[in-house]
Amino acid sequence: MSITREEVAHLARLSRLALSADELDRFAGQLDVIIAAVARVQEVAADGIPPTTHAVPVTNVFREDIIVPPLGAGVVLDQAPAAEQGRFRVPRILAED
Amino acid sequence: MDSELTRMTAAGIAALVAAGEVSAVEVAAAHLDRIEAVDERVHAFLHVAADSALRAARAIDDRRAAGQPLGPLAGVPLALKDVFTTTDMPTTCGSRILEGWRPPYDATVTGRLRRAGIVILGKANMDEFAMGSSTENSAFGPSRNPWDLSRVPGGSSGGSSAAVAAFEAPLAIGTDTGGSIRQPGAVTGIVGVKPTYGGSSRYGVVAFASSLDTPGPLARTVLDAALLHEAMSGHDPCDSTSVDAPVPPVVAAARQADVSGLRIGVVTELNGEGYQPGVITRFTEAVELLESMGAKVTEVSCPHFGYALPAYYLIAPSECSSNLARFDAMRYGLRVGDDGTRSAEEVMSLTRAAGFGAEVKRRIILGTYALSSGYYDAYYGKAQQVRTLITRDFEKAFEQVDVLVSPATPTTAFPIGERADDPMAMYLADLCTIPSNLAGNAAISVPCGLAPEDGLPVGLQVMAPVLADDRMYRVAAAVEAALGQRRGHPLLDEANGLGEARPGQEGRR
Repeated sequence: MSITREEVAHLARLSRLALSADELDRFAGQLDVIIAAVARVQEVAADGIPPTTHAVPVTNVFREDIIVPPLGAGVVLDQAPAAEQGRFRVPRILAED
Repeated sequence: MDSELTRMTAAGIAALVAAGEVSAVEVAAAHLDRIEAVDERVHAFLHVAADSALRAARAIDDRRAAGQPLGPLAGVPLALKDVFTTTDMPTTCGSRILEGWRPPYDATVTGRLRRAGIVILGKANMDEFAMGSSTENSAFGPSRNPWDLSRVPGGSSGGSSAAVAAFEAPLAIGTDTGGSIRQPGAVTGIVGVKPTYGGSSRYGVVAFASSLDTPGPLARTVLDAALLHEAMSGHDPCDSTSVDAPVPPVVAAARQADVSGLRIGVVTELNGEGYQPGVITRFTEAVELLESMGAKVTEVSCPHFGYALPAYYLIAPSECSSNLARFDAMRYGLRVGDDGTRSAEEVMSLTRAAGFGAEVKRRIILGTYALSSGYYDAYYGKAQQVRTLITRDFEKAFEQVDVLVSPATPTTAFPIGERADDPMAMYLADLCTIPSNLAGNAAISVPCGLAPEDGLPVGLQVMAPVLADDRMYRVAAAVEAALGQRRGHPLLDEANGLGEARPGQEGRR
C-alpha cells in the first residue's frame, strides 16, 4: 500500500478539491496502482545524474520592451463569474471567527 | 462537386482557390455541410462557427478578386483543438469549468492561422485539459473513430483526428504532451506531427504540462501536414520557451520524399511484448520498405525508454497540479456555492470538485503528491533524472542514425469504454510517443496500413533530433508515396465507420 485514503483526503484538501466519499474510495485504489507503477523511476535514477527540467534549455530570454495596449477592464470582467463596480466580486476571504 | 471538395487535400484546395476555379466560400460551405451531415455521429466538434468561417472565406475571395497575393493554404478549412484561445468562439478545453468561456485574446497559433487565410470551422473535441488518450475524458462526450464508430479516435486531440479522418476538415491543429497528436493520428489513419518543443508557440494554449506541451498539425497527407507546420510555426516573443531559430524546411522535405542513404534506427525497446501482432506486422513491412528504397536500417537500443512512461506520469501530473491551480473560480469560468455564507476557499474547492472530471482530479492529486515535501526527491526528482537518461539515449542514438522508427502506438483503436475505468491501461496508449516529449525532439506518425486482425489503421512513428523536423518528413513522405502506389488509392477510402468505404479491388487490405 503506497497511499492511503487518508493521504488522498489530505492531498485533496491541499489541492482545493472537495471530493466526495465515493471519489476518495475510488481514487485511493487507483492512485495506489499508479504510484506503484511510477515508482519504477527509482530503479535507474542513480545519484549524480543531473535533473532535466525542460526539454530545450533556454536561459535569460528577453524581448523588446514595447508598450502595447492592455486588455480593457470591460473585456476581462465580461468573463468574470461575478463583477461589481468595475471589479471582480469574490466571496469573503477571512473566516468568521 | 461538394463531396469531392471534402475529399481533396489541403494543397489541392488551395490551388483551386488560388486559380479561381472554386471560391473559398464554396469550400467552407461544402465542409460545413459535411459537418452537418456526419458530426452527430462522429462528434468531432464542440463548437461549429459557420458564420465566422463563411466570413473568413469571403475575405479570402475578396483578396483574390482584388489581386492580392494569397498564402499556400488560403481558403483551406481547419478544425482547431478547443485548447487554443479564440476571441470569436468559446474555448472550453473539454471541461465544465470553462464551459462557455470566451477568451479575450487569440492564441499566437490562432492568429497565425487567420493571417494565413486558413478558415477555422470550429473547435475540436478533446480529453479534458488534454489529459487522456481517447476523448472519453471530455466533459461533453467522446468523439468517435470514423473507421468504426464504436471505437475511440485516440486522444487527447481526438476531435481533431476524427474531423480530418471523417472528411469534415482537411486540416486540424492539436497539442501533443505525451502523444496527443501522434496517437490519435495513428489510430484514425492520418498524419500527426509533434514538432520540436518550442518550434510552435504555446501562447494562448491553455497549459497542461508546460515543459512538454507542443502544438502541431494533423492532416490526411504528409505534404498537407508540412504546409500547416510551416504556417503555424516560428518564434514568438510572447512564449519565452519558443525557439528563436528558422522553421526547419519541412515542406521541401515532404516534397523530396527520398530516403536513399539515410540511416534509420529501429528502437529495440519499442517492440515485442504488449504490442498487437498486426501492428508489428505493418511496422516490420514499413521498415523493409524503407530498406528497399535505399535507407540503411540498423537496430538501436535506447535502454531507458522503458522508464519514460513512469517518468512522464510523474512530471506531467506535477506540472498539471501547478498549472490548474489557476482555476480558482474568481476571475473566469465556473463558480459554485457562492451563496454569501461560504468563504472563497470553500467556493474554490466546491467549484473545482464540480468543474473538473475524474482524470483531471486524479492527476492533480498525483502531482500534488509527487511535489509534496518528503516525496519530492523520491518521485519528481527521480523522474527528472530519468528525463536526462532518456535525452542521453536519444543523443547517443542520433550519433549512429539520422532518424529512429517505431510503431506509433502499441495497439490499434480500442473500443469506447474498454479502458475508461482503468487509468493504467489508458496510459499505455502513449508508450511509444512519450520519449520524444520528454526529450523535446520532433516526431511524426504516418499511416502504414491496416492491422490484418481488425482492419484498423497502424501508424509508423519517425523520430528526428531537435530542430531536424525536416528529416522525419522526408521519411514519412517516402513511406506514404510507396504505400500509396502499392495500394492504388488513399487509405481513408477504406474507412467504413460511416458506411462510405469506396469500392475497390478484392482483398486490398
